[in-house]
Amino acid sequence: MSTRLTARRRAARTGQYLALLGYLVFLAFPLLWLVSTAFKPPRELASLHPGWIPDHPTLDNFRQAFDEQPLLRSAGNSLIASLAAAAITVVIATPMAYVMARHHRSPLSRAATGWIVVSQAFPFVLVIIPLFLVLKEVRLIDSLSGLIMVYVVWSLPFALWMLAGYARAVPRELEEAAAVDGASRLRTLISVTMPLLAPGIVATALFAFITAWNEFFFALVLLKSPQKQTMPVILTHFIGTEGVADLGPLAAASLLATLPSLVLFAVIQRRITSGTLAGAVKH
Amino acid sequence: MRRRTLLAASTAGTLSAAGTLSAAGTLLSACAPGRRRASDGRITLRFQSLAWQQESIEANKQLVAEWNAAHPDIRVDYVQGSWDSVHDQLLTSFEGGEAPDIIHDATDDLADFAYGGYLADLTGLLPQRLKDEIPPQTWQTATFAGAVHGVPFLQEPRVLIANRALLERSRVRIPTAERPWSWGEFEDAAKELTRDGTYGVAWPLKEPVSATLNLSLSTGGKVFHRGADGKVTVRFDAADQRVPRVIHDQLGGDRSAARTTLGMGGSDTLPGFFGGKYAMVPLGFSYRQQIVQQAPKGFAWTVLPSPAGPGGDQRQGVSPQTLSIAADSPYQKEAARFIDFFLRPPHMVRLARGDWMLPTGLTALRDPALHTRRHGWATGAALAGRLRPAPAQSVRGYPEWKDKVATPALQEYYSGAIGMGELRERLVEDGNLVLARYQR
Repeated sequence: MSTRLTARRRAARTGQYLALLGYLVFLAFPLLWLVSTAFKPPRELASLHPGWIPDHPTLDNFRQAFDEQPLLRSAGNSLIASLAAAAITVVIATPMAYVMARHHRSPLSRAATGWIVVSQAFPFVLVIIPLFLVLKEVRLIDSLSGLIMVYVVWSLPFALWMLAGYARAVPRELEEAAAVDGASRLRTLISVTMPLLAPGIVATALFAFITAWNEFFFALVLLKSPQKQTMPVILTHFIGTEGVADLGPLAAASLLATLPSLVLFAVIQRRITSGTLAGAVKH
Repeated sequence: MRRRTLLAASTAGTLSAAGTLSAAGTLLSACAPGRRRASDGRITLRFQSLAWQQESIEANKQLVAEWNAAHPDIRVDYVQGSWDSVHDQLLTSFEGGEAPDIIHDATDDLADFAYGGYLADLTGLLPQRLKDEIPPQTWQTATFAGAVHGVPFLQEPRVLIANRALLERSRVRIPTAERPWSWGEFEDAAKELTRDGTYGVAWPLKEPVSATLNLSLSTGGKVFHRGADGKVTVRFDAADQRVPRVIHDQLGGDRSAARTTLGMGGSDTLPGFFGGKYAMVPLGFSYRQQIVQQAPKGFAWTVLPSPAGPGGDQRQGVSPQTLSIAADSPYQKEAARFIDFFLRPPHMVRLARGDWMLPTGLTALRDPALHTRRHGWATGAALAGRLRPAPAQSVRGYPEWKDKVATPALQEYYSGAIGMGELRERLVEDGNLVLARYQR
């Protein structure tokens, strides 16, 4: 009986691993294909039987992409906008989320939650006109500051939603224990609550960063000067009439555009894990 | 050449994006900023170009640099735009009083802007030299309600790119610009070329409407009929049905066309074309650049004219690329001077070669560089006189008709899901309901 159970468990575990492997392959496919395409010469791009590994790998696509478009400048603009948006979002969202979590039964908190949900349903087209007007009034059209402000406003509802969930998971008992030990309210927040919230803060920052890094439409509409354009806007310059794309340089530029997110994930992933563990030990 | 717009896509509900934005137009226009004149009187014009191919970007930037060197008092700033997003980007720019002074676009995208009053009437701004250079039927492509809102300077016919080895091995007559195939001969040729795993033709029909409408001009198809009161109605008579029937029969009847390319764009068919799966692909003239870049070494290809209608009618619809001037630009005369410089015949030739398209200017079109047989230039140049305004481009409501009615209906017809009767019913009845809303 127990042998049969173990065998069944093994089969289930194998199935789980296979499913996980399949999912990983599914996730990795576009990225691997992008890498492959970025290094292929034009003739291999149009092959009827494309291979994963280029027969004649070339850096020409990267050279052409850099020659044709100001990739570094646009990447710099994207980086400034995304980092600033992520930082500001976290600074604003953290105390708000804490309050929402601790007083989630208050009418104000409920109203805020409702508003967050509703705000996620707004299409860009409804927001862009009032935004344009407001930014124009305060002379923030065609400026990265204006764009950062928009990104913060755009990310904030979901960031709040995310962080409030993390904050709710921090047990009140820990704060009460700290108070019993004589810690002040501020000290409790800094020494007890914040470390436990750290994974949530990091995840929220990552969310805000990636939202801003990938954002195209606001950047397209709000930035006029070529010197200020961000990476997603520049990437569209490799697309011509009727959707024809200069595939090699586009893949090369897109690959460069994915790097900051990948690096950030690689760096932050450990932080998320360690934060989670720290919370567990404390608890 | 019309591109899908993000705004349009995001408001597929009750309001069109253009309408939403237009409603706020007056508000935004009130915020127009001060224009760019330095304290020493020097003017700066913004020129938004949509050049995207390497040679084309180089040609554009070189011409701007040459202008700036020769005109220190009127500086032109080159701004890179993108075909993919130009409509939305221009719409918000116009509304906010932030539009570039000189605007690169295509005629099928200009109607909304022209009727909305965003583009200057160029009639009195352009020099006679430039007016005489471009044939009247080409000016017609950028004329809206009697006013010229763009200078058409590049255009491309649809041609048949063919695998030369397969063509020469077959028994079909090889058509020339002077003696093109009739649509019937084209059907026979496609059948003859279909053998041993090779389809005679691959129709890339991801966006079937403009290809169908523009090619239908050769059989007398109009689809959009303007009445004496100026109102446009949709009809789908025998002449309009000829080309769709050919495509439909090739796909589902004699199977001389590959059904798998129905959902493809032009570029997607090239690997199969290079691999010998398709003998011919109907594509825009500029696709030759991709073929030159991507074809395997030794692959022989040739450019054939599109089939002709009754009496050898080779007319086809095009939406040329244009240069326009923003209505709220305070430097319209200076912008017109730049356009005149930019489109001088030798410059037009440089731009045409950079984009692998045909210039609209008569002098530029005579340039020997555009009459070489290499890469099919001569075949394309011979077709230039037969190009006419795309039937739909001045029709208000066409984008909605195309997206909501014609694209799904034609896709279903070509895939065999519906017959000609239902196609006609949907294009005409649903189509006229759409157009009526724009013509109240």
